Amino acid sequence: MTRTTRRSFLGQAGLGGLMIVSGAGWGDTASAQSTVDLPLPGGPDRRAMTTAFPQKGPMILQRTRPPLLETPFEVFDRGVFTPNDAFYVRWHWAVIPTEIDVASFRLSVRGHVDKELSLSLKDIVDGLPRVELAAVNQCSGNSRGFSEPRVAGAQWANGAMGNARWMGVKLKDVLDRAGVKPGAVAVRFAGLDEPVVADAPKFMKSLSLDHARDGEVMIAYAMNGEQLPLLNGFPLRLVVPGWYSTYWVKMLDRIEVLATPDESFWMKSAYLVPDTPGANMKPGQTGLAMVPITSMVPRSFITNLKGGETLKAGAKVAVRGIAFGGTTGVKAVDLSTDGGATWQPTVLGKDEGKYGFRQWQTEVTPPAGDLALMVRCTNDDGLAQPMTNNWNGSAFMRNGVETLQVKVA
Amino acid sequence: MKISLATVGFAVPLIAGLVLAFIGHPVVQAPPQPVTASAPAGSLSAAAAPPATSGFVLNSVSVELPTSDTAFPGGAKADAITANCLSCHSAGMVLTQPDLSKAAWTGIVEKMIHAYKAPVAETDVAAIVDYLQETKGAK
Repeated sequence: MTRTTRRSFLGQAGLGGLMIVSGAGWGDTASAQSTVDLPLPGGPDRRAMTTAFPQKGPMILQRTRPPLLETPFEVFDRGVFTPNDAFYVRWHWAVIPTEIDVASFRLSVRGHVDKELSLSLKDIVDGLPRVELAAVNQCSGNSRGFSEPRVAGAQWANGAMGNARWMGVKLKDVLDRAGVKPGAVAVRFAGLDEPVVADAPKFMKSLSLDHARDGEVMIAYAMNGEQLPLLNGFPLRLVVPGWYSTYWVKMLDRIEVLATPDESFWMKSAYLVPDTPGANMKPGQTGLAMVPITSMVPRSFITNLKGGETLKAGAKVAVRGIAFGGTTGVKAVDLSTDGGATWQPTVLGKDEGKYGFRQWQTEVTPPAGDLALMVRCTNDDGLAQPMTNNWNGSAFMRNGVETLQVKVA
Repeated sequence: MKISLATVGFAVPLIAGLVLAFIGHPVVQAPPQPVTASAPAGSLSAAAAPPATSGFVLNSVSVELPTSDTAFPGGAKADAITANCLSCHSAGMVLTQPDLSKAAWTGIVEKMIHAYKAPVAETDVAAIVDYLQETKGAK
């Protein structure tokens, strides 16, 4: 398979140092061997492809430290499960342990409980019932780079998402073992990562007690049948099906049952969206109530065609991709070739679970000219992707109908 | 470690064919087989192979994370941002940003200082904002 958007930059430049000196336009350069151009409006669009990160294959380098690694989009055409070595990576703070000893690691459960726990990995893996679940993990700001007007933050294209088969134990079972005391309202999670600056807010997230005990929220020790890559949260990661990844705390080592609502920074002051339909607002709009981001909304993508490529006029061409419904499954994925005036149904692939990716496919026989392929997912609650994208100051929850422009000749 | 895209099979599951026949929807190619949990291409599989018993074995991990050698361009104009900002994040975080207004850049620097406790010298704030405006300012 040829990656038409990749090219050998170092080979053309001749000197690695030249890239650094001339500087402007692209990001970090850790072991860059090639680059990829992301079609971000206004740029900068060039990113290095990197193979420098442990347990990872080629990834789009958004930032070296702390790592922000995007999944190359062609990976999503390979199937509904995103391989571990291609799964995107996002860390907030730069102090990330690089050695984890499975014998000495402990998960603590503290706070408003009858009995505080300090669980070894063996306690968790061998001592509690095992559960498995396919679920999409998506960054709150996936696709931020397409937001217009542009906003600050990780400038992702569409690859800050992935689907895995997670294996672990129910959070509920762990909480029951500790015994949640009456009056508890929330459960807070934190991992081994630490801020560089001592008084900076440690990354912590919380869920309501009812959500934490719903029997679906999981403490995962494996994804796709293997232990988690360190950069995806080894040895334990919270899995919150249907919710954005900000809640899926990595390297989870402490659980705290709270008797009062969580007022800490990462719940009260970060990852907030306007309390409006679709988290949509006008640029510059003020006075809106801001609330923590929560559950995901449906999305769909074409994965077997690239924007700008040329199709043969009058010939049948397969169009396929992936979709997900957010908090529920995919009911339908429809394709439009006339700007959204009419839609044709597509055929859905195997259902691997309502929280995961679902493949879809159809075919078109386009006449010569420019062709805009639009794809729209409707989930089992009847919620469909909107025709226009939302906008908010963090570019969270983007999920408008995607349009792929191709030429037919 | 490379992902070998060429090795991924594009099988045509019988069930998909039946579904398509039933719906009567013409399809020229079935979607690729999902990558199964037991054999994701190119991943580190040896370390986590579970034994025949019900146990799942976790193995200790020791890795090295790469460092960035990207410098802020601009010579002496970059001194303030280089001195104050690289302890928490590499330069790529900034160089990948879109062009933003001076007000937006001022707000970002203030957020780094007040929300994220970046120990930025008060005397350097103006030079950092000026650099961002010059390098990444909306035209």
